[in-house]
Amino acid sequence: MYEILEKEVLSETVKRMVVYAPRVARKARAGQFVIVRNDEKGERIPLTIADFDAEQGTITIIFQEVGKSTAQMGQFQVGDAFANVVGPLGHATEIENYGTVIMVGGGVGIAPLFPITRALKQAGNQVISIIGARNHSLLFWEERMRAYSDELIVCTDDGSRGRKALVTEPLKEILQQRKDIARVWAIGPAVMMKFVSAATQPFGIPTIVSLNTIMIDGTGMCGGCRVTFTDGGSQFVCVDGPEFDGHNVDWNLLLERLSFYREQEQRALQHWKDHACRLDQAAETLEKERAHG
Amino acid sequence: MAKILPTRTPMREQDPQVRARNYEEVSYGYSIEEALAEAARCLDCARPTCMPGCPVKIDIPGFIRHIREGNYQAAVDLIKQTNALPAITGRVCPQETQCEGVCVLTKKYEPVAIGRLERFVADWEARQGPPPLPSLPPPTGKKVAVAGSGPAGLTVAADLARLGHKVTIFEALHEAGGVLVYGIPEFRLPKSIVKREVDYVRALGVEIVTDFIVGTTATVDELLEEFDAVFLGVGAGLPWFLGIPGENLGGVYSANEYLTRANLMRAYRFPEYDTPIAIGERVVTIGGGNTAMDAARTALRLGAKESIVVYRRSRAEMPARQEEIHHAEEEGVQFYFLTTPVAFHGQGGRVRSLECLKNELGEPDASGRRRPVPVPNSNFHIEADVMVIAIGQSPSPILAKTTPELTTARNGTVVVDPKTMKTSKRGVFAGGDIITGGATVILAMGQAKTAAQAIDEYLRTGVW
Ligand SMILES: Cc1cc2nc3c(=O)[nH]c(=O)nc-3n(C[C@H](O)[C@H](O)[C@H](O)COP(=O)(O)OP(=O)(O)OC[C@H]3O[C@@H](n4cnc5c(N)ncnc54)[C@H](O)[C@@H]3O)c2cc1C
Ligand code: SF4
Ligand code: FES
Repeated sequence: MYEILEKEVLSETVKRMVVYAPRVARKARAGQFVIVRNDEKGERIPLTIADFDAEQGTITIIFQEVGKSTAQMGQFQVGDAFANVVGPLGHATEIENYGTVIMVGGGVGIAPLFPITRALKQAGNQVISIIGARNHSLLFWEERMRAYSDELIVCTDDGSRGRKALVTEPLKEILQQRKDIARVWAIGPAVMMKFVSAATQPFGIPTIVSLNTIMIDGTGMCGGCRVTFTDGGSQFVCVDGPEFDGHNVDWNLLLERLSFYREQEQRALQHWKDHACRLDQAAETLEKERAHG
Repeated sequence: MAKILPTRTPMREQDPQVRARNYEEVSYGYSIEEALAEAARCLDCARPTCMPGCPVKIDIPGFIRHIREGNYQAAVDLIKQTNALPAITGRVCPQETQCEGVCVLTKKYEPVAIGRLERFVADWEARQGPPPLPSLPPPTGKKVAVAGSGPAGLTVAADLARLGHKVTIFEALHEAGGVLVYGIPEFRLPKSIVKREVDYVRALGVEIVTDFIVGTTATVDELLEEFDAVFLGVGAGLPWFLGIPGENLGGVYSANEYLTRANLMRAYRFPEYDTPIAIGERVVTIGGGNTAMDAARTALRLGAKESIVVYRRSRAEMPARQEEIHHAEEEGVQFYFLTTPVAFHGQGGRVRSLECLKNELGEPDASGRRRPVPVPNSNFHIEADVMVIAIGQSPSPILAKTTPELTTARNGTVVVDPKTMKTSKRGVFAGGDIITGGATVILAMGQAKTAAQAIDEYLRTGVW
């Protein structure tokens, strides 16, 4: 069992947890991920390692509550534990001094973007960061990102914080103004990464995206995580990634594969809510019965 | 001596129509009366032809003699001298190409049902309660790390523990058992049987650490700092794909993914269990081995209306166990033989049909089987909303990549000395599918037994 040592609410739907997983912490590096399972009936979900502390034996995970499993995770409290945490999986980010880099983070993607930003800054890069979310209540870690960025641009879809724009807008402006951008990193929803890649393509700037496909084992055993490239080839995200050059990814197929289980996911969420609700009712009835003695 | 019955004693089974919709085991196994009747068919040959057919050389007439005498415990004990997992092999061995295929009776009649008798005594033993633990020798102080908890890993661990060594198994998944838990379905091999074997290995003092990927969580070199020897039994987990257009459409699965969702993750009990699986009105499985049969039959149990197998050769060449093909046919699985897939077609990212070519049988190939040759312009489409690719697998490259001194062959298998299972790296042994590519449970187990002997010798002498 992998105990939760800290829990923090980062935004309306995003939570951060520090989990005791010494074997993973000992080996983890920026860009790698773990697979987590809530309990004996749980599915295996990939989550980026947002931070780690080998001495304390802990890793930090950050997740957005979207489906049943992440909603259930969100209910876990300090002292609760995950049934399984396995990793570290995938390749670590290649940190070098590339010159000037742009870091683009959307929503929960800001979390995994942060340690990479920090490492790139520490490696001597000039860092321009663009972070965005639908609205200000979904935005987090602005100050952390600012601390490791030479310039930070904040956007929200509704303008409730920073610029009212999609992250691709300031990105395009910078690309038009400056000719010295060596690399772009983009981590966030797949659609965002798709449009960031499309924006940088005409400029021929290598654009690293971190894919979060559906996975089971995370070791190359199932092939469920496979990504298709524009040249028709494909690779396994869990062992060959999770980072790829966004210009090579067949985004439409990726998006379609990501939404393959949408209907089942909704059913699972509903089933869980009904169940949780029935449990609440049962507890209430029990309370009442007790009260009536 | 009474006249030999030409046909073997049938094994009672669930009705095909009923069982195709449930997950319970297909065959019930022999009763004592049935086992005695079948044991009576064995001629107790002075020079038994069946024994050389068994990869681990079980004393077959010997154990059948014990059955005839009603001495079931003695029968199991005899089998277990060379086969640690009879309840499993009795169910999954391809007996028709092994012991039963060369039983002397096959000259005139059906062979003795050796596998069924093996299963019978193993199940009999299981009903007597948990297996008695052998008295263990004093600890040797030597430590062995085993990567992988499939039949190879479990066997090597049990043998070494019985010799007094301290064994730790490291398993990547959250449950021990390898293909026996994630691949082979419940209706063919109940998970309670695998659990019993895993519990036994634990009772011998073996520690099983799950969520641990050797090569990633710790490298082989790191394990060698703490352990005196390492055994690699990580199987052949890398699924092959066809490399044809449309293969990454939604609804196209590798058999590994499809079966892992259904078995290990219990997707057949979604949404009580979290992991979903596409049910499909019509499911097409590509391949002709055990894995393909398991996938096609799982599809029916998940609720598919039709399940179709597409295989490029003809029925006679299918590598699956005879019994599985027969069971699949009985359950209503349809077969398209001499058919080669050329493309998947879909709509909105979801697969809708499989385009195929018809084949003719040409000249024999390297395997001695006649090569299927596609007929030009014979293209046709099979409509289906779920497709499962079950055309084979090879070892995952993770270990080779992280262990530079490990010599591997071109297909990714780890090279060993077959007499000792020693790899090219000092202190490291290997066995099972990692050295053969996808093979059988009995071969994995046999190699593990050989390795255990060699590891023990290495630990005692220090000689490589
Ligand atoms: C669907 C299916 C049906 C089959 N049916 C039959 C049958 O009817 N009869 C028969 O004889 N054979 C059958 N086989 C083949 C048989 O299951 C295998 O030959 C046998 O299981 C091989 O045993 P193993 O111990 O080498 O590997 P496996 O059983 O594959 O076990 C390997 C274990 O190692 C783990 N692992 C992998 N990588 C790592 C790592 N880096 N670190 C730690 N752990 C790791 C895996 O998760 C797995 O648990 C079938 C195979 C499949 C897939
Ligand atoms: S282990 Fe397999 S080959 Fe050997 S006797 Fe039993 S069924 Fe036959
Ligand atoms: S998650 Fe199974 S192969 Fe990548």
